[in-house]
Amino acid sequence: MSEESEALEEVAQEEADPAEVVEPRPARSPGELVSIVEALIFVADEPISTKMLADVLVEPRDAITAAVEQLQADYLERGAGLQVREVAGGWQLATRTELHEDVRAFLKTRPSAKLSIASLETLAVIAYKQPVTVPEILEIRGVQSATSIKTLLDKRLIVAKGRKEAVGRPIQYGTSKEFLIQFGLKDLTELPSIEDFEDLTQGL
Amino acid sequence: MQEQPEQFTFDFHKEKAEIVRQSGDELSIKMGDFAGPLDLLLYLIKQERADIFDIPIARITQRYLEFIKLMKRLDIAVAADFLVMAATLIEIKSKMLLPRDPSLPVEEEFEDPRQELVNQLLEYEKFKSAAGMLHERATIEQAIYTRGRIETDEANEEVDATVFDLLTVFQKIAERHKDKVQMEIEREEISLSDMIKDLKRRLLTDGEVSLLRIFEEMSNKRELVTAFIAVLEIVRTEHVRLMQASTFGDIILKKVEQPA
Repeated sequence: MSEESEALEEVAQEEADPAEVVEPRPARSPGELVSIVEALIFVADEPISTKMLADVLVEPRDAITAAVEQLQADYLERGAGLQVREVAGGWQLATRTELHEDVRAFLKTRPSAKLSIASLETLAVIAYKQPVTVPEILEIRGVQSATSIKTLLDKRLIVAKGRKEAVGRPIQYGTSKEFLIQFGLKDLTELPSIEDFEDLTQGL
Repeated sequence: MQEQPEQFTFDFHKEKAEIVRQSGDELSIKMGDFAGPLDLLLYLIKQERADIFDIPIARITQRYLEFIKLMKRLDIAVAADFLVMAATLIEIKSKMLLPRDPSLPVEEEFEDPRQELVNQLLEYEKFKSAAGMLHERATIEQAIYTRGRIETDEANEEVDATVFDLLTVFQKIAERHKDKVQMEIEREEISLSDMIKDLKRRLLTDGEVSLLRIFEEMSNKRELVTAFIAVLEIVRTEHVRLMQASTFGDIILKKVEQPA
């Protein structure tokens, strides 16, 4: 209890004294910055953005970008078991794809249950048409998608994104950050354009 | 009577799905899961090697209805959306059989009754391919592992409760007991060893026990003190863990799996 209130006072003091925030700190060498960036990407629970790294470390963004690129190059050069990936607008440390068999053997896991075809289709419609309502999904898929939508919501791949200003004010759905993470996407623009699929299907 | 074996084979997403009806009672079903009526229709069109822009509507309708009948015969619940499509197909088919209205001006463009369906199929096909792409991405992603969550006080609600937390809970209950107007009723005293036995039994059956609830069950101060000592004794002697989700919150006594 007393410890807590002390901690609170400290925070209050820090906020009250702006001089402390901008206190100059010894400059980091580029090599040091690479190490620090690596450590932060490692401890972050979710992909950590360049902006967040820049803010926390009080470094210019391009210095962070250079450090991340250096880190990626280092990993690649020594054929490391890890890679630095860009996912959901941030950086993430992950095992290399080629090592999946050994990793899986150690973790004693199997590829987890995949989404059904119906759920994947629903997810595709939502990803490309967002924000989109249930009737709009029905129109494209030609089938009720209630179960799929529930599955996708449970898996936190989609989220409700407000209501449409139309009769009945139906809920609109869109994809979540979790969707980007699980499908290894930097952002939504990384998805191939839906018209590309038209060419693909026509070609067959 | 020798029944002719019927065989329907459906190729779907490279996995060979088939419905094989054998003579007699024997029936084996292997079926791909059609994601919807449009999916089934696309499949039938491909199987008939028909042009999507010039769908042989009579033949496709017939095949579609055969499939629905088959599903019914196999006691597979046919979703309403499949029936809606059947109705649409029949409607298109009948429209195409009707002769063109001669009163219409010749120049007016003839609207193909199939057009809307074709558009719908083309639109759907794009998303079906997109779903395939997502499936591939997900498969690749499953070969990549990231670090598990780091345990922090924030992430872990199993913050160890101290003896002081225990005392606080005890005090709270004692306080509440004081406020209650009580009728004194003669009652058999519960001994400490009985109390410990009782608590252990509850731990064993439930796996965990809320201390707030235990203390609240006690009818007088003496029992409360006995319960408190019993908890301390169990914590000392047994493999249990005290957990408190929030400061001043309830404390849970939880059994810890003993290492083999």
